[in-house]
Amino acid sequence: MKIENLREAYGKELLAVAREDSRVVALDADLCGSTMTIFMEKEMPERFFEMGIAEQNMVSVAAGLSLSGKIPFVNSFSVFAAGQPYNQIRQGVALPNLNVRIIGSSCGLSDAGDGATHQSVEDIAIMRAIPNMAVIVPVDAEETRKVVRASLQHQGPIYIRITRSLLPALTNRHTEFKIGKMLCLAEGLDITVFATGIMVFKALQAREILSKKGISVRVINVSTIKPLNIEEIFKYTKGVKGIVTAEEHSIIGGLGSAVVEALCDMKIPIKIVGIQDQFGQSAGTHEELLEYYGLTAQSIIEKVEALL
Amino acid sequence: MENNKIKELERKAKIIREGILNCIGIDKKGHLGGSMSSADLVTALYFYKMRINPENPDDPERDRFILSKGHSVLAQYAALSELGYFSKSELKRTKEFGSFLQGHPEVRTPGIEANTGSLGQGLSIGVGMALAAKLDSKNYRVYVILGDGELCEGQIWEAITCASFYNLDNLVAIVDYNQMQASGPIKERYNTGDIKAKFEAFGWKAWEIDGHNMTDIIVALDKTEQVKNFPSAIIAYTIKGKGVSFAENNYSFHNNSLTQEQYEQACKDIASI
Repeated sequence: MKIENLREAYGKELLAVAREDSRVVALDADLCGSTMTIFMEKEMPERFFEMGIAEQNMVSVAAGLSLSGKIPFVNSFSVFAAGQPYNQIRQGVALPNLNVRIIGSSCGLSDAGDGATHQSVEDIAIMRAIPNMAVIVPVDAEETRKVVRASLQHQGPIYIRITRSLLPALTNRHTEFKIGKMLCLAEGLDITVFATGIMVFKALQAREILSKKGISVRVINVSTIKPLNIEEIFKYTKGVKGIVTAEEHSIIGGLGSAVVEALCDMKIPIKIVGIQDQFGQSAGTHEELLEYYGLTAQSIIEKVEALL
Repeated sequence: MENNKIKELERKAKIIREGILNCIGIDKKGHLGGSMSSADLVTALYFYKMRINPENPDDPERDRFILSKGHSVLAQYAALSELGYFSKSELKRTKEFGSFLQGHPEVRTPGIEANTGSLGQGLSIGVGMALAAKLDSKNYRVYVILGDGELCEGQIWEAITCASFYNLDNLVAIVDYNQMQASGPIKERYNTGDIKAKFEAFGWKAWEIDGHNMTDIIVALDKTEQVKNFPSAIIAYTIKGKGVSFAENNYSFHNNSLTQEQYEQACKDIASI
């Protein structure tokens, strides 16, 4: 399986769409070498704005650019992109429903070494709670490129969460992508796993192991966490014995919460794999942290088995 | 500027103050103090300086005005209705359920350029618009009115730094320096010090003026157009509640209601200006 860099895919696709669409501009808060807006800065410096380490100003400047017809991509680590300028996003961007794209890079625990201050466990919850805001977590490099491209056609603000870790390619250029559409990566009859981001691959690993035990699991990639496609949630819930959700995010307010909200009138058991209301911490590798916080194929297997 | 043009602008300012009272009405809360203090500044922008076209509110060449101290929006509503962006009869519905004249500025109201109200954000939005003008080689200018209490917000100083870094000579910040915040005089509550010196230290051109003297205001606005490579700041000394005898320099009318008697007195005061 091909392992790819999502940040690089993002940065290169941003440049590609900027070449085609003069409305696209990028803003960064001194992290262009990490968020990968550096590709854009190098080729079209006039449409790249270094905003310094001032995320609140950066978001409101993006609002001003958007109100002037631009499509600004605002870049920082997810914890700074979604956290520091919360009210700037809320009042200046989401309330007037502006076409600002907020890129939360190095999301979740993926900036392993830098520890809790640089790891976002609650960014999806914060962004999801803001009216008008769409929340998208691309599953691989190919989907990242499609999200960037599709975002140009979307009316309203989008928060896009991008991991620092390399991830296996689960889709290809022929795979259909639409904002608000889920992707069934593997069929199954007993349990449906709704997963997002890095946990999609873990869900597929869990499915392999469970299939050897005679348990049939369907794996759905939920890249658009908001607006959540309720019809598809119902469709993939119908006929199975239970639901498992999996995300690299707090169990409070993320994908699991969204699915539970959608299914609250249904008599179906649901288990959530996520971070148990804790902050992150430093570690040598991202994998170590995923293991510690129970974001593993094994955790998904245990939840599936508990439902049967 | 000819004397009769100044007189005409002063007459407009009076209409704006009447409009503010119209928005507040009787026994309804409204931000009287800050709206009255910024009324002359708002008048000079809308009726003298800015190139705008109420017939075509989205004209890409129009000058932009952002009221960063969004609570003073009553002055802006009064000006926009006077210019014909919407009917004057809407003013009395300000802040009512279903009205498009919300308690703070929203872009869904014709003529409003940005959502403000949570303080500290408007100057940054203005920076974004000014950057867009440079990028598109357009000549429009961006005017932002800030409150003095609002200058406590750290984001304001991020925006001030950013504007000078990008040499935004198409951006003008006007501080409605009424020296009175919601809970008292800034000197007693939270004094942000020598504002002009601070703007200058951050690389802006800055002037201090009497924010109720129409000649002062338009001379300063004209000066900002001569500045190249630097953003401009006008520190306009104003009086909170200006024009309403019992509300002048009285912070209890930052956001308060008027009784029938107070309303009538306020109307008399404005009429006698």
